[in-house]
Amino acid sequence: MFTQTMLESIKKVESTRSARIGAVLERMSAKEKEELLKAYHPDHREDGFDTIKIGPNAGQKAPCELVKLLHSNSRILNENIDLSKIDYDVDVLVIGGGGAGASAAIEAHNAGADVMIVTKLRIGDANTMMAEGGIQAADKPNDSPVQHYIDAFGGGHFAARPELLRRLVMEAPDAIAWLNSLGVMFDKDENGDMVTTHGGGTSRKRMHACKDYSGAEIMRNLRDEVLNRKIPVVDFTSAVELIMDDKGQAAGAVLLNMETGDYLVARAKTVIIATGGAGRLHYQNFPTSNHYGATADGLVLGYRAGAPLLYQDTIQYHPTGVAYPSQLFGALVTEKVRSLGAMLVNVNGQAFMHPLETRDVAAAAIIRECSDRKLGVNTPLGSGVWLDTPMIEIIGGEGTIEKRIPAMLRMYMNYGIDMRKVPILVYPTLHYQNGGLEINGEGFTNTIPNLLVAGEAVGGIHGRNRLMGNSLLDIIVFGRNAGKKASAKAKEITLGKLSLSHLEKYAKELEEAGIATDCVSPMLLPDYTRHER
Amino acid sequence: MADMVNVFFFGKKYSVPADMTVMTAMEYAGYTLKRGCGCRHGFCGACATIYRIKGDNELKTCLACQKQVEDGMYVASIPFFPTDKRAYDINQIKPTQQIMMELYPEIYSCIGCNACTNACTQKLDVMHYIAYAQRGEFEKCAEESFDCVGCGCCSVRCPAGISHPMVGVLARRLTGKYLAPETLHLKDRVEQVNSGAFDELIEQVMQKPITEMKELYNNRDIEK
Repeated sequence: MFTQTMLESIKKVESTRSARIGAVLERMSAKEKEELLKAYHPDHREDGFDTIKIGPNAGQKAPCELVKLLHSNSRILNENIDLSKIDYDVDVLVIGGGGAGASAAIEAHNAGADVMIVTKLRIGDANTMMAEGGIQAADKPNDSPVQHYIDAFGGGHFAARPELLRRLVMEAPDAIAWLNSLGVMFDKDENGDMVTTHGGGTSRKRMHACKDYSGAEIMRNLRDEVLNRKIPVVDFTSAVELIMDDKGQAAGAVLLNMETGDYLVARAKTVIIATGGAGRLHYQNFPTSNHYGATADGLVLGYRAGAPLLYQDTIQYHPTGVAYPSQLFGALVTEKVRSLGAMLVNVNGQAFMHPLETRDVAAAAIIRECSDRKLGVNTPLGSGVWLDTPMIEIIGGEGTIEKRIPAMLRMYMNYGIDMRKVPILVYPTLHYQNGGLEINGEGFTNTIPNLLVAGEAVGGIHGRNRLMGNSLLDIIVFGRNAGKKASAKAKEITLGKLSLSHLEKYAKELEEAGIATDCVSPMLLPDYTRHER
Repeated sequence: MADMVNVFFFGKKYSVPADMTVMTAMEYAGYTLKRGCGCRHGFCGACATIYRIKGDNELKTCLACQKQVEDGMYVASIPFFPTDKRAYDINQIKPTQQIMMELYPEIYSCIGCNACTNACTQKLDVMHYIAYAQRGEFEKCAEESFDCVGCGCCSVRCPAGISHPMVGVLARRLTGKYLAPETLHLKDRVEQVNSGAFDELIEQVMQKPITEMKELYNNRDIEK
């Protein structure tokens, strides 16, 4: 399976392995990290960014691909949508069927609201389902929410919004308890204690996991609960624009049946954007670990309605995406592989960094190894470094990989690579949108009083880099919060006359900024189709 | 030019690069996927696919995103299959054998043909976990079915009309909620937070100037 060069390099990795077991690698100083990030992290590549010309964040930078979508026309600018014909009329409209959307819907339903989920693909077709490594919560005696706050705040370069981070860490233990009460099977020992590990940048072992199907196990429970409660899920239907009313409130969304192409009108007293991330925009041509529908739709339709973005210029590249074999290119190799002891090793078999630095630092260090230092391993699609997985079996005992990271083992075994015996090749993959729509401490946007955002579509919870395990946590904490707040707020809302005039206003702004475009957004799905002619 | 192979999507022949997955090969052939494509990395079960290699009578199953194309592959995707999920209130049911009889009585019609196991794209012992469910051994059923992605290939092949993934979900929820030991440190911590034990401390760090936070972060002790 491996090329001759790879096999030769593996020999070097094997020859240094026993000396590396038990060796303590130094962590980088704050200054070293800063210099490394500036030189090698993709967020610092100027040609990857463009200036937003219109809207609340005009004058600020964002990835070129996102700017293009923000500078595009609405899909329905020239459609004659009859807003008097209401297809769905609810208290709470949840846009997105991932972990945040499902949590929001369950809590809204619990509070007695008439809630529905609209989702572009199926409920559960979401990055939540693909989260492998775990979920953080400070619930061990040697840990505290304050310690969790410090780790996340520092790991995010001191840029997180304190009121959001506070909610994240303080409500984390309850989020785990809630999931456990739904039936999520966390890894526990015989006494019921959670089996927890480190993630990159954590100072306490607070990573809870469900093997390496953590997100899948959580999503399966949430989906099952949504279905048990008979919450309507309108699938294969995307929200293409928000509907406003004449009082400036959000009042629903225009939906598109992905299969028939028909438009539908959903009216709602409160709207929750839970549309997730943007990996499928392939910023800077990176492959992605994200699901098929991760195209930043919620950011686009929120922005068009006047909701500002925050930290839209910062993206997380997961340090360990699959570099080889090419069939798996860009797929996630969970950080838990490093939590369990695997080191990052270059072509000569040298461990070039502490394996549990934060993700941005680890990604930048791998890029440095493969570029300027020329110590990467060549692959058909580029290069990569070794993640020395056999170390896990030596440190944790035979069978550890099968027990703790079965999904990884299965994924590689499909291509004849036994990660228990040979190391695997990794390179950073586009993983997470650190930024998103700005919300206040209660989960609402500041500009539109009955519009909420939850999950990866939010900016500011994590600052400018996110720690492993804080995203599964944020979708639960902020999803639940949004569901509760949206159902309460819906009781106070009286909607006015429905309107799409914000789309004309946006089109006018585009024109005034001299932007003439044939492109439309949101993107909905990436275009991977090849045509002969 | 890359090595090419001939594959048949819904019976129609296309020449595609040999190193592609079934999913990327369909896109290469000109298909724009809506259904039958989800996470693209083997976790969501959206791309259940059934195929047969020309000259071989055995029907095989795979996830289109995880399977490399082969020459002479006849491919049909199964973007939707009417598996049958029964509704229940997780707070009202009990982890007894009775609940399976009530919600999924068809599992007792299993004829032991093992077609489900043979069809599993995750190589799980599906028939075995259904047997555990029949006997009310939910923890074993949960463990055995844990890696299920719910693609439904097992149900497609089942002569008894069993919705295996749904049985697995029920067993796992019962296990997670009722059978796994309670986590006392979690219970304690939730109570502490609710009683306001951390309110003042968290307020203090929130108010600290960035320079102090940097100091705190860069010098924090890290558990070994």
